[in-house]
Amino acid sequence: MSQIFHRSTNAFARFTIFGGIFIVASFVFLIMMIDRSLFVTRQGQSFDQPVPFSHDHHVGEIGIDCRYCHITVERASFAGIPEPEICMNCHKVLFSDAPMLEPIRRSFETGEPVEWTRVYDLPDFVYFDHSIHVAKGISCVSCHGRVDKMPMTVKATSLKMDFCLECHFDPVKNVRPRDKVFDLAWQPGKDFSEEQIRLVHELNVQSKVDCSTCHR
Amino acid sequence: MDRVEKPNVAPVLAPGHSVGSITDKIASVILQKTPRWWYFGFGIAFLLFMLLQLALFVLFVKGVGVWGINIPVGWGFAIINFVWWIGIGHAGTLISAILLLLRQDWRTSINRFAEAMTIFAVACAGLFPLIHVGRPWLAYWLFPYPNTMGLWPQFRSPLMWDVFAVSTYATISLLFWYLGLIPDLATMRDRAKSKVAKIIYGVFAMGWRGSVKHWHEHEVASLLLAGLATPLVLSVHSVVSFDFSIGIIPGWHTTIFPPYFVAGAIFAGFAMVITLAVPLRKLFGMYDLITERHLDNMGKIMLATGLIVAYGYAMEAFTAWYSGNIYEWFMVYNRATGPYRWHWYALFLCNIAAVQLLWIKKVRLNPIYLWIIAMFVNVGMWLERFIIVVTSLHRDFLPSSWGYYKGTIWDWATYIGSIGLFLFLFFLFVRFVPMIAIFEVKTLLPEAKGRSGNE
Repeated sequence: MSQIFHRSTNAFARFTIFGGIFIVASFVFLIMMIDRSLFVTRQGQSFDQPVPFSHDHHVGEIGIDCRYCHITVERASFAGIPEPEICMNCHKVLFSDAPMLEPIRRSFETGEPVEWTRVYDLPDFVYFDHSIHVAKGISCVSCHGRVDKMPMTVKATSLKMDFCLECHFDPVKNVRPRDKVFDLAWQPGKDFSEEQIRLVHELNVQSKVDCSTCHR
Repeated sequence: MDRVEKPNVAPVLAPGHSVGSITDKIASVILQKTPRWWYFGFGIAFLLFMLLQLALFVLFVKGVGVWGINIPVGWGFAIINFVWWIGIGHAGTLISAILLLLRQDWRTSINRFAEAMTIFAVACAGLFPLIHVGRPWLAYWLFPYPNTMGLWPQFRSPLMWDVFAVSTYATISLLFWYLGLIPDLATMRDRAKSKVAKIIYGVFAMGWRGSVKHWHEHEVASLLLAGLATPLVLSVHSVVSFDFSIGIIPGWHTTIFPPYFVAGAIFAGFAMVITLAVPLRKLFGMYDLITERHLDNMGKIMLATGLIVAYGYAMEAFTAWYSGNIYEWFMVYNRATGPYRWHWYALFLCNIAAVQLLWIKKVRLNPIYLWIIAMFVNVGMWLERFIIVVTSLHRDFLPSSWGYYKGTIWDWATYIGSIGLFLFLFFLFVRFVPMIAIFEVKTLLPEAKGRSGNE
């Protein structure tokens, strides 16, 4: 009886048995890594905007408060994208004919909103409210990073669910006194964690982890 | 210990066979020209399988709203069919694992296709939890793995235990079946005529040459897998029963469920083995290998497990009365007099009354009668799951939330389609794989016994 398989098939068979497991495992690992990668989360990336607005300049150098532009952050779920009127408070006078600001002026005249590109876009099935976070002593920095040092706004965090849950399970290290919420440079002191634990009780922080807290 | 054979009990292997004739007999099923009835049966099975695909397509496009489920009956055909199929699988594991460890030699000629039945039944069962979640493309969330949601499945839920029970069961059953196939696949490799068949059987035979070392390792691995599979016979359906008994609904919340489910599973499984064995025996003329002794033994097991199931029904009603709990007692009352009472009476007819005929030896030895009783049990076990799922849910504690459930056309299409998938796989199996373990049947030959005692 003639041989059906060549001798080399033995080695090939062994290779495919172990290789098969290895390839499947690597494939699963690869998918998990892609899901976490900066390519998918867009963490650390800046986005093209109609006007290259610099938080670095406006907040870091000039020192404008967050709430001057994001006017509803303390009152509503949405922090608010400033209307051109707010920009024009200053830019009527300063750089009033800079070509860069043309979209703002056009919007101011016609009433057509400027089409900004959203940097932080949560999925529609997530209910997020800025006002409660600010009221309970969670700073802008916790999610948005040091915006005062960003020439173009960069997505500072992944906004994956484990990022949210990390703080919802244990909010202590992100809680700060309410008057420091908009102070982006503020750092807790060395032994501040005691103080932060006290703050969690004082501000009555009830970070919930029920599904229906965010997925209503 | 010598087996004392009564003169009127058929042997497990008809006399007059030699090592060669057994191989010829079983291998010829595959090597012969495809019989016409195979195309006919395969065609019907394939059409039903297409029906399943249509039903799944409609389900995925439109969502679970195409099914009859709603509040209060949120669990319908999907869970009924899941439990029904997974129960059917149990006979294969019992035959291949427990009867192997107990050295029951009559198992050898039915274990191969019973194991195949197990795998195909588990495949059909596994389908339902995946499709009933509503978003089947996210079904992998059932598995615990480090994800970006920072979440783990609810380990305290019996539905989670189900995932582990069923996936373990599927893996072990598949390995066990394949391991047993290797020597026979090598036989087919050596006997196949065409080059392609030689190569395909050769790849799956994994270079089996039948050396003493090969046989030794094969034997050790078989026993190890049998040891692993044995607890699964009891554990898988116990875990499935926890899906119900952990809940507080009257009719579900009872401690009798695990043993009662396991007995029911073996009952249903043997019914399905008989359903398949009787036609196979006839169509392939396997009267020498599947003898009257097998029919007799399978009938006896079906009778024994059927009586345990009947005891389960009785205890369920007794406990409901004895507890003095009005909700428990109402559940029994509602089963007997409510809108589903005919299902309940049909259940008694199929699962208790019909099975009593098996006390009669003539009935056990008659393939036709046995097959008809097995079909009654197949229907009865489906009705049992229907009764458990639907009657318990449709009238719970608050009369204001009572409702009525019935399956829609897509429920039925999915169910009948899953039977199509099962038959489709089974027809392929009998055509391309030796449906009886050639090498194991040879151990029943007188010359195999003479050599080294029991082994």
